[in-house]
Amino acid sequence: MWEYAPAPESRDIANLRPSYRMFLDGEFVEGGGEPLKTVNPATEEVLAEVSTANSSDVDKAVKAARRAHERVWGRMPGAERAKYIFRIARMIAERARELAVLESLDNGKPIRESRDVDVPTASAHFFYHAGWADKLGYAGLGPDPRPLGVAGQVIPWNFPLLMAAWKIAPALACGNTVVLKPAETTPLTALVLAEIVQQADLPPGVVNILPGAGDVGAELVGHAGVDKVAFTGSTDVGKIIQRTVAGTGKKLTLELGGKAANVVFDDAPLDQAVEGIVNGIFFNQGHVCCAGSRLLVQESVADELLAKLHARVSTLRVGDPLDKNTDVGAINSREQLDKITSLVESGEAEGAQRWTSPCPLPEKGFFFAPTVFAGVSQAMRIAREEIFGPVLSVLTFRTPDEAVAKANNTPYGLSAGIWTDKGSRILWMADRLRAGVVWANTFNRFDPTAPFGGYQESGFGREGGRAGLEAYLDV
Amino acid sequence: MASPPPASTGLPPALSDATRDETSLRRFLHGLPGVDQVGVEQRAAGLATRSIKKAAKLWAIDTAIGMVDLTTLEGADTDGKVRSLCAKARRPDPDRAEVPPVAAVCVYPDMVATAVEALRGTGIGVASVATAFPSGRSSVPVKIADTELAVAAGATEVDMVIDRGAFLSGRYGRVFDEIVTVKHACGDAHLKVILETGELATYDNVRRASWLAMLAGADFIKTSTGKISPAATLPVTHVMLQAVRDWHTATGDRVGVKPAGGIRTTKDAIRYLVAVHEVAGEEWLTPEKFRFGASSLLNDLLMQRRAQLDGHYSGPDYVTVD
Amino acid sequence: MSERLTVAKTYKLYVGGKFPRSESGRSYPVRDAKGGFLANAAQASRKDVREAVVAARKAFGGWSGATAYNRGQVLYRVAELLEGRREQFVAETSAGEGANGKRAQAGVDAAIDRWVWYAGWTDKIATVLGAANPVAGPYFSFSVPEPTGVVGVLAPQASSLLGLVSVLAPAIATGNTVVVVASQDRPLPAITLSEVLATSDVPGGVVNILTGRTAELAPWLASHADVNALDLTGAPESMSAELERSAAGTVKRVLRARPTEPDWTAPPDISRLRAFLETKTVWHPKGT
Repeated sequence: MWEYAPAPESRDIANLRPSYRMFLDGEFVEGGGEPLKTVNPATEEVLAEVSTANSSDVDKAVKAARRAHERVWGRMPGAERAKYIFRIARMIAERARELAVLESLDNGKPIRESRDVDVPTASAHFFYHAGWADKLGYAGLGPDPRPLGVAGQVIPWNFPLLMAAWKIAPALACGNTVVLKPAETTPLTALVLAEIVQQADLPPGVVNILPGAGDVGAELVGHAGVDKVAFTGSTDVGKIIQRTVAGTGKKLTLELGGKAANVVFDDAPLDQAVEGIVNGIFFNQGHVCCAGSRLLVQESVADELLAKLHARVSTLRVGDPLDKNTDVGAINSREQLDKITSLVESGEAEGAQRWTSPCPLPEKGFFFAPTVFAGVSQAMRIAREEIFGPVLSVLTFRTPDEAVAKANNTPYGLSAGIWTDKGSRILWMADRLRAGVVWANTFNRFDPTAPFGGYQESGFGREGGRAGLEAYLDV
Repeated sequence: MASPPPASTGLPPALSDATRDETSLRRFLHGLPGVDQVGVEQRAAGLATRSIKKAAKLWAIDTAIGMVDLTTLEGADTDGKVRSLCAKARRPDPDRAEVPPVAAVCVYPDMVATAVEALRGTGIGVASVATAFPSGRSSVPVKIADTELAVAAGATEVDMVIDRGAFLSGRYGRVFDEIVTVKHACGDAHLKVILETGELATYDNVRRASWLAMLAGADFIKTSTGKISPAATLPVTHVMLQAVRDWHTATGDRVGVKPAGGIRTTKDAIRYLVAVHEVAGEEWLTPEKFRFGASSLLNDLLMQRRAQLDGHYSGPDYVTVD
Repeated sequence: MSERLTVAKTYKLYVGGKFPRSESGRSYPVRDAKGGFLANAAQASRKDVREAVVAARKAFGGWSGATAYNRGQVLYRVAELLEGRREQFVAETSAGEGANGKRAQAGVDAAIDRWVWYAGWTDKIATVLGAANPVAGPYFSFSVPEPTGVVGVLAPQASSLLGLVSVLAPAIATGNTVVVVASQDRPLPAITLSEVLATSDVPGGVVNILTGRTAELAPWLASHADVNALDLTGAPESMSAELERSAAGTVKRVLRARPTEPDWTAPPDISRLRAFLETKTVWHPKGT
């Protein structure tokens, strides 16, 4: 047996401080809310104390953002805005390693992913949108599209920095100012991003970052001074926000949950399909709204595929997120771990056959071994509910029509996967799958130039590409 | 096809059916799952980010040394050159007796006798390239004679090349027959079949050629002659490791894999070992099932080994140049 | 010499290509601008909403899957038929909206022209809104607009034909199917339009038109789980917020009403085409 020695990234690189403060009107200040303690989910130790906002802080931040919009940012030539945003992109890249380690500490995701995906993609997002700031007239939304004003943005804990980038970059490029609430369990990288915003010398009030729990988010999206609400998170909360915003005239975009089907035909490139399935559901511990959580495999190849899948999943290394060889890190919170555990129990109770990787798990921290359920039917909870964890449900189909029918049989519609060597079938399937992103012979690819977002209860509005600008312009 | 498949293979019916005639062979090879280039390259690049440190690294270095087929395949090769290579093979690091010997020395057929003599009693194999290496462009009788020359001189391993022209023009039966014939000529010597993946153009072809070689009785499948660029690459090796793993699933037999050419550093070698470990499985992490066809790699392994043990970096003057 | 007695028309609903009465058996009197009786219109119920949504859903696959060229031709054919009924629409809008002959005529002409304008968009909107995404990797990535699905449309209350056409045509041009609640007090042009649609090549179920009390029908549309989007243009102002809240139950796309009904004679832009389109992004690796 060849045991890989631990290869931990040094946590010193994260420059972790005992306490963090919120960022309001260009200054780091104490919030009026009860400070929260953010925990390393891999060890359950407290990482830092973070000040949170209360309603008067939200009000101050929205007013600061309004002032910044009216006096500076909204009237600044696009070319000047662009240069500020380019600065942010570069500074994220300069501090990439620090941000990656901090992200893995706070979120529990493997350093391999924060280093190779989250941070570079966040930087790329600012870089891409910076270039739009003085070219909005070419976006096909009219000759001189105007910003909306103040954007209130609420983001989840699964990609803390990246989601902040997805929200802030297009808002700023379009001339809006921002009040952003990071997730309660993962506020740290957003506050380092605030430092970058300060170092990049953005005018005070253009970007405000207010940590806190759901009540701060509710306060923010309900604030009368907000012109635009953008939310990424669960469908349940998305619905509450849509209700809150109803009748106010605030522009709203929602990026919500999913239950993506990953459809494998018998002529698929099987080894790469296995990689795609693994990447689809075990990337980021399955804490991905577009995760390929339902594997639909053609009956004739199901046994072979499942055998390969089990072998491959067995090689996934679960453990210390800071270890460069870790493939699957920690579940972000006790609460999420409990939810995953309970859904997995329901899968067993409803008669699906559970297979769990024999990988060793750390004794401390929130971990869940990669799990694959075979013999799943559409009626089971594990086939319908978003688990948001490293749990795959395998269903079978016989014909392309059946695959489409099963894939679409969900109120969600965020993403889908297709695996086949037959080009015409890919396009036929892509036409019929009711999902905002369709990956064919690949999965979980993201790029600032490629619009991302859902159909149906997976939300509305797009992030990325020309289509993503519409969310932040008065058009 | 001219000759029936060797009776001893005892292949499962689906596989022995595949070799019944040219049409069956073609149907079988083209029925293998495709390989998506981007997917396999991404997987290879992803695994290449594994960070192997400390004891795991030292183990990898020693294991890699024991897997080296120390190679000289030059027109300028002489008995003296081969003898000094053999000395290096026996004791790669003269200052450190605990360093394991390499797996084999790999030479042209006319140098086999010299190598056999120099390695007698060491347990180190003598591999010989054969079959009109590196191009394979000659008649079958010449290829057989070439093989027999090597085996008669004492080669324990034969590295043959396939007829890429025949393969690329779809004459799979011809390639199959040649491998079967050469295998026969090898007698007890192990047969490594060089696919020359750099000339096969696609990963689909690499997978087909791997299966073709295994169906014909290869003990090892080998990427390259080292005379064509690109030689071994990580993704190509991934495809071949997947093929031997699938072959094992189908037959219970383990065929070996040998990437050759272009692997020069310890870092590269460890990436290959990680791929072996995580794609084929740890049963392949032995010189019986995995080899590196290399020459300069060995010295880098030795330098890195010293660095690991001594706690400071070593230099080229502290390892022997042969 | 007695004048010939005209044959009065019975105004019914238009659901799934057929003209049923309301399942409730109810009707309500439609009056002209001066309060004179014009006709009885069917007063649709929640069950009629349900039937209409079923019809719209059933028609969605075929209509959204038709080629854009085909949709363009079908819609253009509707404009041809509208032209043939020009005088009838002038009479009906004139009576309902109290516009004089010249204004009513201009309104009908604008409605027909608007229909033609949207018919021409069917096979262009994907070019304008779609994209080849230059992603940083060996992939071909493209984005295309796709219809949202079944759209509930509360038609404008004042402008009974031009307003109706201005909200209906863009929704179906992009491949959606619709359930329209016609102007409550001025429903007759909508019914006549449905007669045109029924004799055109627009498949049954693509457009379903209900007449009745907007306030009664709108909540059922807003909360219906098989409706994907809601156009609140003709919603009673007092109900707008509640309808939007209700739509949140299944995350419907909502096109909000403006405080006052827009000037429909103003030249349109593509915002109404954009309103009921989703963007689908497709990725595929490039390799050999």
